Amino acid sequence: MQPESWIAEYVWLSGKNTYNDVRSKYKTITNISIEQATVDKLPEWNFDGSSTGQHRGDNTEIVIRPAAMYNHPFLQSAKVVLCECFYPDGTPEKNNTRIVAKKIFDAHTADEPMFGLEQEYFIYKGGAPFMWPENGFPAPQADYYCGNGSQVTGREIALEHYQACLRMELKISGMNAEVAPSQWEFQVGPCVGIEEGDHLVMARWCYQKIAEKYGLEINYEPKPIKGDWNGSGCHMNFSTKAMREKGGIKAINDAVKNLEKTFLDDVKFYGGDNNQRMTGAHETSKLSEFTSGIGTRHTSVRIGNDIAAAGQGYFEDRRPASNIDPYLATARLYSSSMGYPGPAVDCLEPQAWWAELEAEAKKNGQ
Amino acid sequence: HSQQESLKLQFLYFIVFYSTNLSIINMTVQPWIAEYVWVSGKNTFSDLRSKYKTVTNICISKVTVEDMPVWNFDGSSTGQHRGDNTEIVIHPVAMYTHPFLENAKVVLCECFYPDGTPEKNNTRKVAKEIFDSHAEDEPMFGLEQEYFIFKNGKPFMWPENGFPAPQADYYCGNGSQVCGRELVLEHYQSCLKMGLKISGVNAEVAPSQWEYQVGPCIGIENGDHMIMSRWVYAKIAEKYGLEINFEPKPIKGDWNGSGCHMNFSTKAMRAEGGLKAIEQACENLKHTFLDDIKFYGGDNNERMTGAHETSKLSEFTHGIGTRHTSVRIGNDIAKAGKGYFEDRRPASNIDPYLATARFFTSSMGYDGPSVDLLEPQQWWAAVEAEAKASSK
Repeated sequence: MQPESWIAEYVWLSGKNTYNDVRSKYKTITNISIEQATVDKLPEWNFDGSSTGQHRGDNTEIVIRPAAMYNHPFLQSAKVVLCECFYPDGTPEKNNTRIVAKKIFDAHTADEPMFGLEQEYFIYKGGAPFMWPENGFPAPQADYYCGNGSQVTGREIALEHYQACLRMELKISGMNAEVAPSQWEFQVGPCVGIEEGDHLVMARWCYQKIAEKYGLEINYEPKPIKGDWNGSGCHMNFSTKAMREKGGIKAINDAVKNLEKTFLDDVKFYGGDNNQRMTGAHETSKLSEFTSGIGTRHTSVRIGNDIAAAGQGYFEDRRPASNIDPYLATARLYSSSMGYPGPAVDCLEPQAWWAELEAEAKKNGQ
Repeated sequence: HSQQESLKLQFLYFIVFYSTNLSIINMTVQPWIAEYVWVSGKNTFSDLRSKYKTVTNICISKVTVEDMPVWNFDGSSTGQHRGDNTEIVIHPVAMYTHPFLENAKVVLCECFYPDGTPEKNNTRKVAKEIFDSHAEDEPMFGLEQEYFIFKNGKPFMWPENGFPAPQADYYCGNGSQVCGRELVLEHYQSCLKMGLKISGVNAEVAPSQWEYQVGPCIGIENGDHMIMSRWVYAKIAEKYGLEINFEPKPIKGDWNGSGCHMNFSTKAMRAEGGLKAIEQACENLKHTFLDDIKFYGGDNNERMTGAHETSKLSEFTHGIGTRHTSVRIGNDIAKAGKGYFEDRRPASNIDPYLATARFFTSSMGYDGPSVDLLEPQQWWAAVEAEAKASSK
């Protein structure tokens, strides 16, 4: 008996960034039933790289290999298939950062590196923040963070996204209204290793769909509005098995010591234009120095009061911006914390502000 | 032949039983959403904040408030932090059905500093200690929350220029002179869905002014249900782009202010002959009234003029069936010789935790919450002076 046909939406990162250049196409599956489908049973596919700017020369195909599969949040009888991109000769596509990260995570699985990422963003419409007044500005920041009342804008959209992600069985651990009007946050985790990057990318894909439906944009810029308005970060909470065990605070303190050594290169993995956000105000620290504290929000790293009291747990790197590549950022935080070889700075698009930063750090004697 | 039938039937039962129980055996917890709510310090009616947590370790059908973990939030974003250690810790104290989200609960919390001491504005803790130390009194409350519906800083649906017709036909009215009913009913029904003890609703004396009553609740429960009903209203106001105005005298002139009359009784007052206990309470309230009124709402002096069915804050009076006195004992109560009585002085913007605890302790002659807990108000001195002058 022929199994009932169903739809697989193949999703891939198309190179420009990891938050809105998330592309997909649909395939009808007829040879296996949806109940019996697993990611390894799904075929490799390909797409026209010359239409996404990813091709090399005349051989324009980019091959997509299924890497993970999820319930489709919007279509009945369908699945979502996250893929990695390769050139026709089998080598990884230039921006296939997942394979870079996975190699690093696979090399040290005994650490069980666990992540929780706090994705901040603004809801935008027509290039301006959603429901901000036509002329002028909303009331200053004070009552928006976790607020309830007509000063809060965009909740239905944020809730629709939250619930769609839960239907997909993504590990979205929570959600809240943020400090600026029309700014929100959702948290992805706790995930071990590569799963964090996968779930964050899929959550962003989910938001693209919702934005498309309502004619809105999700803005992941670190500092979209200048002045006394918060920027958007992606704080990374992290622990290894050793940190989570009794006495793990020692491992946390060792990690913090390691991060001090590599911070000038680490920050390069923490988002383009992040220099505009990390001013030292609005609960940020300065990129040109590495600091840490217990319960502090103006330092590079924060160890929670509860963790310090328990003597074990996890810690928070507050430097990453909302527009990070979660594969590279998680792999880098992990390898730098542990003193392992990490992803190379060559993976990144160089930024003009790096040189300035290095100069400032040198001046401060770092 | 019948043996074959019975075997077929047994086989059928086996398949049905096995497949349904297989799903029970293999069942993992379906994630659900907990919205943690806390009072964020500026006031207890519009500064009610919340955030969402996905719960994956316990089924929504089995969970109790004790299962819910302690959490924390960024106190530097709400103005509640002390110094560099910015976390405020939130402890779950009560849990309710979520009125707006499927597969979700609402978790009311108390705020603490990282060192474990109560946050400055954690008035719930203060009240609970008082109620817990006199539990045998079974102090029961019914609070009448009045308020205006506002839009863009002005009363909802009042004319652009000028004023609506004078007060006369709005109170409990039906007809096109009444505005805001759909919103009010949506609030009422959402609260009932949540399991809050909302005992009634009515249109009030001014146009776009309404009232709902919370109770009967014993002890801390009244404060909790009041706060949660105000949180529900904040959500509904957000949805429609409106504001719920809890000011005691939002519109000057011949327009009613908003109160929060408190109906109260102890076990003794409700028992046979309880009127004696009620009269004793009124006697006690006479002694402490100058400090009691400080707990009855900021700017309450603007509302308590002696007109519009209010009394004067600078004197303590009571009567049977009277609405221009500090306290009113209902005719039905006086007749029955037992029941409850009503303090008409509190304003709509009270902290229900402090107000109920204070009313209880002053009625009973117990130690109550300290005046130091309150933000001092300029008009207190004027009221004290006036009281001194009239007592001569």
